[in-house]
Amino acid sequence: MAFLYIPIVLLMVFSFNSSRLNLSWEGFSTKWYEALLTNKVLLAAFQNSLVVASATTVLSTLLGTLGAWMLYRYRFPFQRALALLIFIPMVMPEVLMGVSLLVLFVQFLNIPLGFTTMIIAHTTFCFPFVLVAVQARLQGLDPSQEEAAMDLGATPFQSFWKITLPFLMPAIVSGALMSFTLSLDEYIVSVFTTGSQSQTLPLKVYGMAKVGLNPQLNALSSIFIAATFAVALAGHFIGKKKNL
Amino acid sequence: MIGFAAPKGEKLPKGAHRRAPGLVAWLILSPLLIWLLLFVVAPTAMLTLISFAERDPLGRIIWNFNLQNYVRAFDWVWIKILLESVYYALLTTVICMAIGYPTAYFIGRAPERWRGILLMLVMVPFWTSFLIRTYAWINILSKEGLLNSLLLTCGILEEPVAILYSPFAIVLGLVYNFLPFMILPIYTSVEKLDNAMIEAAYDLGAGPLRAFSKVIIPLTRPGIAAGAMLVFVPSIAMFAITTLMGGGTNPTIGEVIFKQFTSGRNQPFGAALGTLLLIVFIIALWLTHSQRERED
Repeated sequence: MAFLYIPIVLLMVFSFNSSRLNLSWEGFSTKWYEALLTNKVLLAAFQNSLVVASATTVLSTLLGTLGAWMLYRYRFPFQRALALLIFIPMVMPEVLMGVSLLVLFVQFLNIPLGFTTMIIAHTTFCFPFVLVAVQARLQGLDPSQEEAAMDLGATPFQSFWKITLPFLMPAIVSGALMSFTLSLDEYIVSVFTTGSQSQTLPLKVYGMAKVGLNPQLNALSSIFIAATFAVALAGHFIGKKKNL
Repeated sequence: MIGFAAPKGEKLPKGAHRRAPGLVAWLILSPLLIWLLLFVVAPTAMLTLISFAERDPLGRIIWNFNLQNYVRAFDWVWIKILLESVYYALLTTVICMAIGYPTAYFIGRAPERWRGILLMLVMVPFWTSFLIRTYAWINILSKEGLLNSLLLTCGILEEPVAILYSPFAIVLGLVYNFLPFMILPIYTSVEKLDNAMIEAAYDLGAGPLRAFSKVIIPLTRPGIAAGAMLVFVPSIAMFAITTLMGGGTNPTIGEVIFKQFTSGRNQPFGAALGTLLLIVFIIALWLTHSQRERED
């Protein structure tokens, strides 16, 4: 536990250090946070990240949910090969996915690198997570409910909309959240598929971290860590309330 | 936790609700099929294809197929980098296991009401950006970092030393980032452990060590295998961490491929290295898969 937490706690403490270097503590200050809030480059990158992550989430959720539903409902040929193909993007080394998509976009499809290519690339490794989450939930679905709905005159579409979809909602939401976080945090696939106009936050953060220590980066990281903890705690307590 | 659901031979659930698909079903599934073909199958095939091509001095591709990229790739310089990357990944996996197993075991055997909290404490740092987690270590290890300044103030060191930019830092960064991937699957296995089995071992006269090695380890092996794969495979090519922590002094295979595609302007050669990495990846995937089949 200590191993997990010492680095990030130290990072947060020293983000309030007024000294430029970490060698010594020179007093409490929030000036790095102020500098951060006026850093136009980083703010624009954050906005780009949000655009890419949102589009990725919508696409992944659609592809993943519909795919899981069809694969559960019907028996397609080549089902095992298909399952393997869906599994591969989740475990494939990111650098391979990045370069192969780069080759596809630049050499074969002639799509200029930018938001479109980035969103396609992110969706490719995000939607399997939605699909697998929804698939797991489908295992618990009682087929007789749907059949009952159909017997009572509902069309397949209506029974999906009224019975299946509400049942699948928790899995869809958790898959969507997963996509959003994965996309927001992606560096390697992004670096291959981005253009100059679509620089996301991880790309900028990497550039800053590569040069060395940067007090503004301390501040930025601390905000992110604090936000993660807040979301995790909120999720934990909401989950608890539902169980009661 | 979702990632561990590897494809297995699916058995039809009971009930006749799985039918042969009609036209509408195919239509609804088609975006997914097209997506997989276009953005998973096709790019991989094309990567392999251009690995046999050449390039002109500007980096443009000349469709002239031969094996020269592979001849070059089998030079000791590149093989050494590939082996070193595999070595770092193996070391990372072993260290993650050494730290992760006791942690997962402790959480899995803790009273039930504590498990959720403990698991969350392990997971939360992992939910923050991996770049931030890596930067947190740069903050500690760099020449102007916290560890150096501590050692200087205590008088242990006269001059700051470079701890960052070394193989040690590379492995540390990888371990710190991938540890949860080891803890989670092992925890899932430990949680399922049947107390009766362990008690039976004791009743039959096994000491703690024997009970552990003969009963507990074999029963949690699926978790160990899943964790090992989830740490090992991504560590081989996680060049964002290895470049930041290693500072380019000990390049890994991912970094080399990245350079060939960007500043090196030699996409065919980068693709050849990528194809070799792809083969390593397929072997790793196949090994874990056959391991899993044997256990079923």
